[in-house]
Amino acid sequence: MLIYFLQRLVSVIPVALGVSLICFMLVHIAPGDPLTAVMPVDATAEQQAEMRAAYGFDKPLPVQFVLWLGNALTGDLGTSIASGRPVADEVMRAVGNSLILAFFASAIGFPLGILFGFLAGTYKNGVVDKVITGIAIAGVSVPNYWLGMVLVVIFSVSLGWLPSMGAGPGGSTEWAWDWEHLRFIILPAITLAAVPMGIVTRTVRALVADIRSNDFVTALYAKGLMSRHVVAHVIRNAAPTALSVVGIQLGYLLGGSILIETVFNWPGTGFLLSNAIFQRDLPLLQGTILVLALFFVVTNLLVDLAQPLIDPRIRRT
Amino acid sequence: MASIGTSIAASGPPKAVVRSKGYWSGVGARLRRDPVALVFGTFLFAIIGAAIFAPYLGLQDPYAGSMVSRLKPVGTPGHLLGTDELGRDMLARLIYGGRLTLLLGLLPVLFAFMIGTVLGVLAGFVGGLVNAVIMRTVDVFFAFPSVLLAIAISAALGAGIINSIVSLTLVFIPPITRVAESVTASVRNLEYVDAARISGASAFTVVRVHVLGNVVSPIFVYATSLTSVSMILAAGLSFLGLGVKPPEAEWGLMLNTLRSAIYINPLIAALPGVMIFITSLCLNLLSDSLRTAMNIKD
Repeated sequence: MLIYFLQRLVSVIPVALGVSLICFMLVHIAPGDPLTAVMPVDATAEQQAEMRAAYGFDKPLPVQFVLWLGNALTGDLGTSIASGRPVADEVMRAVGNSLILAFFASAIGFPLGILFGFLAGTYKNGVVDKVITGIAIAGVSVPNYWLGMVLVVIFSVSLGWLPSMGAGPGGSTEWAWDWEHLRFIILPAITLAAVPMGIVTRTVRALVADIRSNDFVTALYAKGLMSRHVVAHVIRNAAPTALSVVGIQLGYLLGGSILIETVFNWPGTGFLLSNAIFQRDLPLLQGTILVLALFFVVTNLLVDLAQPLIDPRIRRT
Repeated sequence: MASIGTSIAASGPPKAVVRSKGYWSGVGARLRRDPVALVFGTFLFAIIGAAIFAPYLGLQDPYAGSMVSRLKPVGTPGHLLGTDELGRDMLARLIYGGRLTLLLGLLPVLFAFMIGTVLGVLAGFVGGLVNAVIMRTVDVFFAFPSVLLAIAISAALGAGIINSIVSLTLVFIPPITRVAESVTASVRNLEYVDAARISGASAFTVVRVHVLGNVVSPIFVYATSLTSVSMILAAGLSFLGLGVKPPEAEWGLMLNTLRSAIYINPLIAALPGVMIFITSLCLNLLSDSLRTAMNIKD
């Protein structure tokens, strides 16, 4: 088991390196120089060269990568071209808000998805299954940025129950766990939860239906066990796969909320990204994407590490 | 052995060769018996057909605006589905909009299907170092949530139709490669592949005839399951201002420009999203039906 943990930990290193390389290259596949977008049009060649040297863009690419990676490891993600502030500060502030949103979306989407999937898988081909399968396929098919707009139209514009955008009276920096703030998160969290709910439902349904078709389930019934005891066995068998799907979806919630944060003006990483895109602020873009991708890598690692704790089959290998 | 011999002997003179129905006609027959596939397939067919033949449908000019008739409600005479924020006919724009959205959604999956199949079959068949290089690269791309990767590459490349197709193709190559690699690896060591190799077939022939023939269908079905995500992402890129530029008619972009109209005419503002939703629903349901009809398990 210790060997499994170590293997997983070590295997993350090349992936993390590759992720950094891709993030680094993002700036360099961009047409022109990362600085052309922000440089005044009348800048002389000398001024341009000076700027380039100041940002280190005059060195060969591999050297730049090593320097950039070294800085990133010490927590220095460069300076935002548009605002002049350190990228790391901006990203860290925004990540907190995205995490809060992802937390609420998980709290809505995962329990619902698991419950729905379980019911549908247990009563496969029945009415319950038909209804749930319909909800799930709608969940995975809906463009969530549009769902957000529809919810705003219904609950903010027509009914006036919930605010349509922003993160509450405290603005982007001060989040508090009270109703004044919570009401701002309800609509974005529901919107963000739709797709993972659908995916988890579909996976768990297939999983439970598959497990229930096994001989051991028939044997349990034949032995005279009541349904609720059989359910416990099914849950135990479904848990590892369900956990890994939920884990992957958790990573998606954090990185995939950009469109929803744009719709709701939620001051998280997605909002930061869309600002970076509009201002062609490449260091900010690069830093935000690096942090989000590394979060995703770490979530996946944690899921893998948790896997043997609930699945004895992995422990034995 | 004896019983086989006798049964052959007993079957008498050879009859006329009856061509077997074949795999694909079986799949087609199963799809035709599937009510879900029939209904939503027809729907999708209608949407795609309308998009292709848009210029011949007698629609209004999707780019001709009128300042006096902006944001007219659904059912306005002359504008069946109302008008947008610049007074352009919504029905025409929705039908024309399908052309770009469908193109931007389907082309990347098609390209990724071709490239990913080649990479995956190569990795799965050759194995060794080639496999390691291809699959470890794929792993790195898997470390990005697909939305994030699409937005990151598009943002770096800049807005535009071509860039949007390039970035989405890059997003879908890794998952398709991974599926292609795993099905190829499972086919590679089967007896009939060994038999072909022993009987002197070149590696190329083995791959072309024996491997591709058996791996293409599962990879294809997997690719079809990506089309709806691809279309939602493509429209999402335009929604963010990273894909198509105004005044082009495209569902994601229309949703973006109509966003400010949700307070005035919410129904009109929601229409482009309804189109994305319906199309993606059709794509997902059809992909599910296809998977069942082809009897493919994950």
